[in-house]
Amino acid sequence: MIQRHFDEELAELKTKLARMAGLAEDQIDKALTALVARDSALACRVIERDHKVNALDVEIDEACIELLALHQPAARDLRLVTTAMKLSTELERISDLAESICERAIELNEEPQLKPYIDIPRMGNLARVMVKESIDAFVKEDAKLARKVIMDDDFVDDLMEQLFRELLSFMVENPHTISRAIRLSFIAKSLERVGDHATNIAELVVYLVEGKIIRHTSSPAISER
Amino acid sequence: MLDQQYDLKSSVSTLPPAVSSLEMESMDYSDSALPLQPGASGKPKLRVHGFNFYYGPVQSLFNIDMDIPEHQVTAFIGPSGCGKSTLLRCMNRLNDLIEGARHEGNILIDNMDIFNPMIDITDLRKRVGMVFQKSNPFPKSIHENVAYGPRLQGLKNRAVLDEIVERSLRGAGLWEEVKDRLHKSALGLSGGQQQRLCIARALAVKPEVLLMDEPCSALDPIATGIIEELLFSLKKELTVVIVTHNMQQAARVSDCTAFMYLGRLIEFGRTKQLFTNPSNKQTEDYITGRFG
Repeated sequence: MIQRHFDEELAELKTKLARMAGLAEDQIDKALTALVARDSALACRVIERDHKVNALDVEIDEACIELLALHQPAARDLRLVTTAMKLSTELERISDLAESICERAIELNEEPQLKPYIDIPRMGNLARVMVKESIDAFVKEDAKLARKVIMDDDFVDDLMEQLFRELLSFMVENPHTISRAIRLSFIAKSLERVGDHATNIAELVVYLVEGKIIRHTSSPAISER
Repeated sequence: MLDQQYDLKSSVSTLPPAVSSLEMESMDYSDSALPLQPGASGKPKLRVHGFNFYYGPVQSLFNIDMDIPEHQVTAFIGPSGCGKSTLLRCMNRLNDLIEGARHEGNILIDNMDIFNPMIDITDLRKRVGMVFQKSNPFPKSIHENVAYGPRLQGLKNRAVLDEIVERSLRGAGLWEEVKDRLHKSALGLSGGQQQRLCIARALAVKPEVLLMDEPCSALDPIATGIIEELLFSLKKELTVVIVTHNMQQAARVSDCTAFMYLGRLIEFGRTKQLFTNPSNKQTEDYITGRFG
């Protein structure tokens, strides 16, 4: 097997993606902590740190464009580079959602806590694990783990539905809770979106490993092979 | 093989002139299921069946099976010595001229065996034209180069010849550049122009298949680009088989790609599939440059 300079560049690209993924996952983690611990200072730090993820997104995009132009990769190499471009966009969105959660958390912290936060941290944790596992699947090129992540998305969706119903009952009972309940709904929606982005990453991993595009297909196709 | 060929020639020459390969009974292989078919689109123009080829005691092709679809560009890729040029040259029986060369199996054009003793080899080569790596114009004028083939077939009418020359030069994308100097020497043309002249010369006899053996390897990127563009228009009229060392070129111009290694056909499929998700590890290693 010939050792290629190109392999080093691909390895570097993967390292950058892993770094970006770690950062995005940490953003979600810290955003949840800021919400649950009502720590606005931490929320501000998360918001400030979003630019680092943005910078990595641009850096990865540029690296991919360069690799495509200079090396004309084919087969798995081509799939890796095109996947990396899409994956960095997903991670950038995840970090944006963390930022949005923090903005809502800061607003919520200005008022008394509506209710003990139980379902939101649960949901957040599930979504965060999905992000982590989707990235692990990418790094290890593990399509089986990727498929598990895709299936897990249903749990996050179910929790969001449950939370919506609960928040709705608060709003119906006492209109003074509406602004807080809506903010919490926004947070739940953001976490649900984080799960969706993790699912997208997992679908990209299946493409990377098997060359098969499984997004926009029903679950039997996902479990195929 | 050589002796056999000479025998064939003498036997063919005794045939009445009306009996050419076009009238001969076709062998029907159409129902046989071939394992290596690159896609549903297009009926096969050339079919290679259980084909082995030997240069004396050395076997250089092993059990090749493939269907080359009509009106498409099929590229042969693979490392040097993998047999891609040998296979290409078998398709218009150029290897007949090599002493000690022999084959087993068939190559069919429109379901007719090109090795059938009844076939007229000149007629076969008229149907299956060839362009080589190095352009090889005759030391004659541009016009005479293109008119050479039709003239050889007995065509004398000046107006018809002129028409064929123009049509062929237009087909090869050369007409605009040479229309004012048709009677000047072909050797005064640039490398890229000479190669297109050779394509025009091949087109003049209206072939059904055009074999190209690394037609761009001696050309600069601009001339290469012109020839590659040409392939897109040529395939509307005929079937193209191209051998290339340049994988990007195979990816750019071909509809189907065959990867060969050590005389064997490793993978044959739609180019889009082969370059994004090859099914064979060796193909993957070769097209990603990890081969070795």
